[in-house]
Amino acid sequence: MARGFAILLLLQFLGEMISAGLNLPIPGNVIGMGLLLLALNLKLVRTQWVEDAVELLLSHLALFFVPAGVGVMVYFDLIAAEWFPITVSTVLSTFVVMAVTGWVAKLLEKQGAAHDA
Amino acid sequence: MMRDLLGTPLFGIGLTLLCYALAQLLYRRTASIFLNPVAVSITAIIGVLMFLHIPYEDYAVGGRYIHFLLGPSVVALGFPLYTRRKEILARKAPILIGVLAGALTSILSASGLAWLLGGSRDVVLSLAPKSVTTPIAISIVEKIGGIAPLTAALVVITGCLGAICGPEFCRLIGVRDAAAMGLAVGTAAHGIGTARMLEVDRLGGAIAGLAIGLNGLITAFILPLLFLLFR
Repeated sequence: MARGFAILLLLQFLGEMISAGLNLPIPGNVIGMGLLLLALNLKLVRTQWVEDAVELLLSHLALFFVPAGVGVMVYFDLIAAEWFPITVSTVLSTFVVMAVTGWVAKLLEKQGAAHDA
Repeated sequence: MMRDLLGTPLFGIGLTLLCYALAQLLYRRTASIFLNPVAVSITAIIGVLMFLHIPYEDYAVGGRYIHFLLGPSVVALGFPLYTRRKEILARKAPILIGVLAGALTSILSASGLAWLLGGSRDVVLSLAPKSVTTPIAISIVEKIGGIAPLTAALVVITGCLGAICGPEFCRLIGVRDAAAMGLAVGTAAHGIGTARMLEVDRLGGAIAGLAIGLNGLITAFILPLLFLLFR
């Protein structure tokens, strides 16, 4: 478990270094996600070294978003000032994006399956 | 005495875990998707803080320890990408084109609707990256000139919305395949949606995690360019 956490934190640190060093708009942890995939692929990291830590973190992922969510309270005034366009646009757009993404993926998957057959 | 304790991490961590544990219990007992544990915990904690007139800063002293774990968790999302790599590579085209379509739809629908409804320039710009994971959304908004804190709040609200009813909405519109569903929820509702997808289906969750990164990359690239066109 400790080894897994150490590896994840090390990869996050490397990701942060790359993000800051190259002045990228992509955050270090997202780069770290790519680095973990790469390290597992190159067998630099074995799955059994990290799987306990990964399982523990991912099974509680929702919890880790709570403090950032509570931060919304600081900006209630900003949202209240133009609540109508903000609410309608946020809600509708979220559903439209899910529909478009889901439908495009479904359509292309069907085509791919037909192509293979 | 009470004031001293409020200034320690014990308060924020304790309140978060207590609310989350209760919210999970409520969710399991009622099995209602609208009682999503993240949304319920956030609402309950905000309620407690406002009722007791405790400033957010006091809560954040402890809250930031829990928030810290988001970093390694996002790194950890690389693990299911590796273990499910064959299924993911078999869907290269649907995944890439699906996220690209979703990213464009998100930018245009979020800012377009706000503009049509009379939103100010600040609000229109702040809404544009709302489906992207918070740190990427913030850096984009700082580049194009919206209000960063407003974007941060909208990203969280969007995520909760996708987590609450994303999988159900997908089934309703005929997207039942776990991979396509994960892609839709991850693209629209980033990490909070991904957390829910991981509970629904492991492959769907892995693909939702991939969608966070891809949508972030695509939006970070396209949005500043689109903004130049419409200026």
